[in-house]
Amino acid sequence: MSETAKLQLSGVVKSFGSKKVLQGIDLSIPKGKSLVVIGGSGTGKSVMLKCALGLIHADSGSIMVDGQETMGLDSKGRTAVMQKFGMLFQGGALFDSLKVWENVAFGLIHGRGMDKRDAYSIVLEKLKSVGLAESVAELYPAELSGGMQKRVGLARAIATNPEIIFFDEPTTGLDPIMADVINDLIVNSTKELGATTLSITHDMASARKIADFVAMIYEGKIIWTGPVDDLDHCGNPYVDQFIHGRASGPITFGAAA
Amino acid sequence: MEQTQDTIKMKGQATGKAALTYLQYVAQAVGAAMLALFQGAGRLFVFMGQSVVHIFLPPFFPRLVLRQLIDIGYYSLPVVGMTTLFTGMVLALQSYTGFSRFNAESAVAGVVVLSMARELAPVLAGLMVAGRVGASIAAEIATMRVTEQIDALSTLSVNPFKYLIAPRVLAGTLMLPILVLVGDIIGVFGGYVVSIYNLGFSPGRYLSQTWEILEVIDVTSGLVKAAVFGFIVALMGCYHGFNSQRGAQGVGAATTNAVVSSSILILILNYILTQVFFS
Ligand SMILES: Nc1ncnc2c1ncn2[C@@H]1O[C@H](COP(=O)(O)OP(=O)(O)O)[C@@H](O)[C@H]1O
Ligand SMILES: [Mg+2]
Repeated sequence: MSETAKLQLSGVVKSFGSKKVLQGIDLSIPKGKSLVVIGGSGTGKSVMLKCALGLIHADSGSIMVDGQETMGLDSKGRTAVMQKFGMLFQGGALFDSLKVWENVAFGLIHGRGMDKRDAYSIVLEKLKSVGLAESVAELYPAELSGGMQKRVGLARAIATNPEIIFFDEPTTGLDPIMADVINDLIVNSTKELGATTLSITHDMASARKIADFVAMIYEGKIIWTGPVDDLDHCGNPYVDQFIHGRASGPITFGAAA
Repeated sequence: MEQTQDTIKMKGQATGKAALTYLQYVAQAVGAAMLALFQGAGRLFVFMGQSVVHIFLPPFFPRLVLRQLIDIGYYSLPVVGMTTLFTGMVLALQSYTGFSRFNAESAVAGVVVLSMARELAPVLAGLMVAGRVGASIAAEIATMRVTEQIDALSTLSVNPFKYLIAPRVLAGTLMLPILVLVGDIIGVFGGYVVSIYNLGFSPGRYLSQTWEILEVIDVTSGLVKAAVFGFIVALMGCYHGFNSQRGAQGVGAATTNAVVSSSILILILNYILTQVFFS
């Protein structure tokens, strides 16, 4: 990790009113690696991703992309940085007024100014890489199952070949087999692109499959981080409790809520 | 003796102190409310500025604008047509019962056309469109906010102001004057039909009386009002949708707020614009 990290968060703080959600997040992801952040529901994982993307303005701290500070960028600078990112949203966030292919092509056509015909051939290629047939392209998101929507979301996230991809709970709400399929797709597609990824999950099977590094968020801070192989003998009681899903331990519901 | 004076003094101090804390409390409450009001107004003005700027700055989304023009304009025609038709009809009926007492039936045509063009067509069309279009804009954008579709737009390097808001605000501002012009004509037609077939006016006389009294400013003032109302309806729909709270409740509240705030603004601005035009 000696070279400049692809993405680095230091001391990121964010409150909503009196509610302190992030209380000084420190994270660093080397280029081409995959970091998975685990943590309970409502601990601010999604907020952290949105701060990193600039969708939510952090109160303080620093967010560096390729060694460049992105906090307080103007909208022009933000748009330029945004081109490096792809994101798979927790709920899919597909545009329900647009067809599947228009969803996947959206960043190419509107973000990059590509013409429709060129974009369409990329769409077909990306749909194929997430295991969807060509016939799906003409459907609307509402006509798809949850698993298929996730795949379309994934195809949209990787369509512009982004350098950094965020996955917000990619397997939540899917059956175990579909979850594993999505995990494989994430691993394969990001390896193919050589992308740096930051994923969020509370699904440990998914974390083990995707991660090079794991970090755990608790009470607005990263309380442990290390290589995925160290996860089972990290000696941190919080991590231990979380990965084994025990009700008793240092993490209490009062704190998690 | 001294003791009682002391107690009186103490009591006086106590009530003074209580009054002071009470005043302080009131001042704080009023201050907080004022602050919230100014903050809200400030946020709305920033939002308005951004919406307008993005109407004029490329890239443009002509297809989206076209779709909104059709959505806001064409599909509001029946509602606006019905409202103005029956309003024109009832105006003729009511003004006739009034004016016939003074043998001033010839004023009916003038009352119908002036009330329609100056006030009723713009205000009624504005309110109907606030209910129909403002509500649906707010609900749609709020749903997109709640389901993270607006965040998704940004991550795909598309500015939500350009893609979602500018087309709607532009379409609202352009279409309402057209709707109102159509409404003017339908309203006058409604008054004409009632006057001819119900009240026994002669068609030629009624129309000539209509044209005689009507001046250009009567129509243009109504159209300017309509443009302002269309802008307000679309803007408030977008604003409340864009700033929706989370969950289904947030979407509901955004819709209600959009309709209520744009309706009230329409009525207030109507008064102000009338003052500007006709005094
Ligand atoms: N826009 C917002 N306004 C107010 N509170 C928010 C907002 N977004 C998130 N929160 C709060 O921040 C906390 C963390 O949310 P989130 O990051 O979505 O949790 P999770 O870790 O499950 O992804 C929650 O308690 C949530 O209520
Ligand atoms: Mg979340």
